[in-house]
Amino acid sequence: MTTYEQERVGFFTDTSVCIGCKACEVACKEWNLIPQDGQTWTGNSYDNTGELSANTWRHVAFVEQEKPLRTNGDGSTGLRWLMESDVCKHCTHAACLDVCPTGALFRTEFGTVVVQQDICNGCGYCVPACPFGVLDKRHLPATTDPPPLLVGRKEDGRVWKCTLCYDRLKGGHEPACAKACPTKSIQFGALEELRARADDRLAKLQTEGWNGAHLYGRDPEDGVGGFGAFFLLLDDPEVYGFPPDPVVSTAKLPQMYRTMAGAAAAVVVGVAAAFLGGRS
Amino acid sequence: MSENGYRSYYGRPVIKEPVWTWEIPTYFFTGGLAGASSVLSLAAKIARKEKLSRTALYLGAAADAVSPVLLVSDLGRPERFHHMLRVFKVTSPMNVGAWILLVSGGASNTAALLELLGWLKPVKLAAEAVAALAGPSLATYTGVLVADTAIPVWHEGRHELPWIFGASAAASAGAAACMFLPPEDAGPARRLAIGAVAAEGSLMQGMELRLGEVGEVYRQGGAGRLAWAAKTLAGTGAVLLARRGGRSRKAAALGGALVCAGELCLRWSVYRAGFQSARDPKYTVKPQRERLQVSSGG
Repeated sequence: MTTYEQERVGFFTDTSVCIGCKACEVACKEWNLIPQDGQTWTGNSYDNTGELSANTWRHVAFVEQEKPLRTNGDGSTGLRWLMESDVCKHCTHAACLDVCPTGALFRTEFGTVVVQQDICNGCGYCVPACPFGVLDKRHLPATTDPPPLLVGRKEDGRVWKCTLCYDRLKGGHEPACAKACPTKSIQFGALEELRARADDRLAKLQTEGWNGAHLYGRDPEDGVGGFGAFFLLLDDPEVYGFPPDPVVSTAKLPQMYRTMAGAAAAVVVGVAAAFLGGRS
Repeated sequence: MSENGYRSYYGRPVIKEPVWTWEIPTYFFTGGLAGASSVLSLAAKIARKEKLSRTALYLGAAADAVSPVLLVSDLGRPERFHHMLRVFKVTSPMNVGAWILLVSGGASNTAALLELLGWLKPVKLAAEAVAALAGPSLATYTGVLVADTAIPVWHEGRHELPWIFGASAAASAGAAACMFLPPEDAGPARRLAIGAVAAEGSLMQGMELRLGEVGEVYRQGGAGRLAWAAKTLAGTGAVLLARRGGRSRKAAALGGALVCAGELCLRWSVYRAGFQSARDPKYTVKPQRERLQVSSGG
């Protein structure tokens, strides 16, 4: 029943209803068979996951603030606890996809961005290219078998990130995190429909006077052409660990190649000058 | 979440540090040396300086041969290195670079081998020409490679980095040739090294000034120490080459070695600066927040 003219799909993560249960983190780990990567106690509210990584494709952030949840003086307290489930943004203009030298990263028929694990050679270029710090190399062992002679490594060595449950989408199911979310904070669907739903939700929250409510990554005109997975936040993006104005680095690549052409010509001119500049 | 001019999530980085290891900055040096040496070799051939031409050819070929080994060794899956060559992809400076290195390394090593054996002179000349054509790109693309990332000190340095890497490559090629030649045969190589060290010094200074707060990592921590070492070593080497390199073979060898060490430190400094820039959310958040305030007229 696969059709190849799919609508672009994505996530709308509405943080105003997130309760920080981390069911998304767990469901993601279970469905995608992501290895356990140790337990650390960060001391940062209820967040002991820390960040998205090769072994964490959903990450719930917790922020404790001395700020009222609403601004219309309805008697709410001056404290609020922000919770937000972070994930790969599946950007319209994805830097990871652009810079991948092997073509391991590709755009699926669903408009999502996925790493082909049989192609990735672990060059790591996508890791610093991502403006959100989503991609990471997995250092855990890939198998218990001995690595290939001479050139092999014990560690997995490939780059991993959220696939937006490509396998589940192929089978007509929603991604594991959205399925597991008990409050519909994580909503899966056609991107156009999610954007309309988010606009309605934002209008409602603004009428109710929610402090700082805004959409992040909904705008198709932003630096990455809009996110495939966008958010409703209650404070500035950087408070949740997001970049406030992400821009895909390859937007400036033509300009960089022109700079390189100038520099390359200068190398030739410099060498020539070294021969012409000597005593005759 | 301190409000010292910017906000963050528990002071955590917004972007990831590179996962590259020591092979990559070392390759930036060897690749630059290879690319500029191929140009130097052909130019010397045209100027009928056979000794300089041959020395630069061998140096370039050796650096070209080491480079892919370093790059493959850095991969998470080294046995899949050839996946780089399953596509040609201009949006990926790394992919473009892999093809440049393949052409340049193949040509310079063919030329060096034929030179050594004294065989097939026309083929050797063609190979030298190909290596010299690919050389300037090999010497400068790595500047684009690091600039095409989300790392503030690299991405914002995109106007200077290819020039700095090109100058560094020219300096190391000239200096390396000085190390292996009698002073009377190394004149152009010496002038190239001295001129390129001067150019690179002012380019680095200019970039640091233009970058403002983002550029301060070049004065801090490991990147700062390496930047200082690069300036000191290359500067001392260039002065030594200028004052004594034309007369004393020992001074030329020492001066050349100092410049090469300085250029290696320079590549390492740029590399470490990227890690420091990624680690502190200040460098990611502050410029972006300022950009938003300007665009909203606030």
